[in-house]
Amino acid sequence: MSRVVRVAGGQGFWGDALDAPRRQVEGGPIDYLVLDYLAEVTMSVLQKQRARDSALGYARDFVTVMDEIFPAVIERGVRVVANAGGVNPRGCALAVRAAAERHRLGRSVQIGVVTGDDLMPRLDECLAAGHAFANMDTGEPLTTIRDRVLSANAYLGAAPIVEALARGANVVITGRTTDTALPIGPLRHEFGWATDAYDVLSGGLVAGHVIECGAQSTGGNCLYDWRDIPDLADIGYPIVDCSADGSFVVTKHPGTGGRVSLPTVAEQLVYEMGDPRAYVTPDVIADFTTIRLEDAGPDRVRVWGTAGRAPSDQLKVSIAYHAGYKAVGTLLYTWPDAYEKAQAADRVLRARLDRLGLQFDRVLTEFVGVSAAHGPLAGPPAPDIAEVQLRVGVRGPREADVERFTREVAPLVLNGPPSVTGYGGARPKAQEIVAFWPALVDARVVRPVVNLL
Amino acid sequence: MRVRLVDIAHARSGDKGDTANVGVLALRPEWYPVLQDYLTRERVAAHFHGMIAGDVERFELPNLCALNFLLHGALDGGGTLSLKTDAQGKVMSTALLRLALDVPDDVGRRLRLPQAPV
Repeated sequence: MSRVVRVAGGQGFWGDALDAPRRQVEGGPIDYLVLDYLAEVTMSVLQKQRARDSALGYARDFVTVMDEIFPAVIERGVRVVANAGGVNPRGCALAVRAAAERHRLGRSVQIGVVTGDDLMPRLDECLAAGHAFANMDTGEPLTTIRDRVLSANAYLGAAPIVEALARGANVVITGRTTDTALPIGPLRHEFGWATDAYDVLSGGLVAGHVIECGAQSTGGNCLYDWRDIPDLADIGYPIVDCSADGSFVVTKHPGTGGRVSLPTVAEQLVYEMGDPRAYVTPDVIADFTTIRLEDAGPDRVRVWGTAGRAPSDQLKVSIAYHAGYKAVGTLLYTWPDAYEKAQAADRVLRARLDRLGLQFDRVLTEFVGVSAAHGPLAGPPAPDIAEVQLRVGVRGPREADVERFTREVAPLVLNGPPSVTGYGGARPKAQEIVAFWPALVDARVVRPVVNLL
Repeated sequence: MRVRLVDIAHARSGDKGDTANVGVLALRPEWYPVLQDYLTRERVAAHFHGMIAGDVERFELPNLCALNFLLHGALDGGGTLSLKTDAQGKVMSTALLRLALDVPDDVGRRLRLPQAPV
């Protein structure tokens, strides 16, 4: 029987179930645990944390997780690959090293640290050299927001992860890498896949896409047959049993809740999909219209056949910038005439905002229970609707104006339409908006570095 | 014959910036041609008329019996800019499933499509 490498996904985003990584390690044999912590705007949040304390700037949850699973992963020989490094992979590695020392694991732990994705220190140099970092959606050059940029990180591929593993790392910590590089790295290392073996690399990419959102491929958030998906409270996170030819079987640990079936996997495959013929990463461009799925028994789906082609010579860059302030306030109106009262309250609030002369780029009103999610498609509410939540959001460049808005919501309880509650004692909070600016850069500008700690 | 999309398909949606994607998957393989033939780009654009600021793109994945729609300008700026409850387009999937198709009676009978309640 051909060799299988078992890769387990243990985290769909920073904030996912804290016990999922431990359950993946303890629930049965696995070879690799991969943990995805970085959403598009996470880097800028981490950038702010590092500005306050130069030792921070990484996903601290990962250190907690490693503290918990260290003895088990070392004993069982499980290697861990995580993009928890954020804007400070070395700081993260130092904290993980300290955790290893607390467990007296010493040199049995080799931490590979991947850096080189951070372009912030070289941003002006790059701009001066003619790299425009034009917004991929709007085409605007970065110079229009240069003074508001908070972080800039290139999405690295699997190559530095492969290098770290080859040099003996059993924990690999990266900054900004593609989600799919996290499993492609181990698979390239184990199977010795060539960098131009695009079809098998595409198999690794699809495996990464299936596990990168945690339990979304094992029955979580699954519309198909949702009532009958067993025991979501104890849902198993996804595992891919990968073969050298790029095919794999999606499964989960025995005895866990959830389900792995054609519909649960197919729903995850189309999640956040763009043009299915071109799923672009620095490692390979995969064609999702060539993926083949097959039911391989209870909680097992076999995936194979994915075709791929060479990546471009550009890398995606995730740039975060300051984009003003926002706040959202809510109030709950009840029967009788709940919707009418909420609409009246919205008119009163807007008239007061106008009278105060506050400047916003956007004021958005939603009626939760009526149309917040589906808009006019939901049709008119029942005339005797029990309750409607008024939800008003504002955004604009001036913090003081957004702050003033937050003081105008609660007074409506006493001086607006009746039958209102749900003002929980706290004012809405004015928040800084850190927005995302997607761009491309010549791959030769980016130089990944691997260090062992 | 009128057929509700929710009776012949399931769906999942997500975001990329200010664009929402909705993947629509046929509940039975033999129903996929109904999606191919009648769930057109124009039909979906009309369904979301007034709700999205940009265009609709449509892609076919016969291997998954699925269509993928990109709804541009659907998320009030998207990401952290958006003031919407559904800033990440998570329930644009069920919004699309509210759509009903008009399918010729003979096609509907042949494929045993569930008829929309009157």
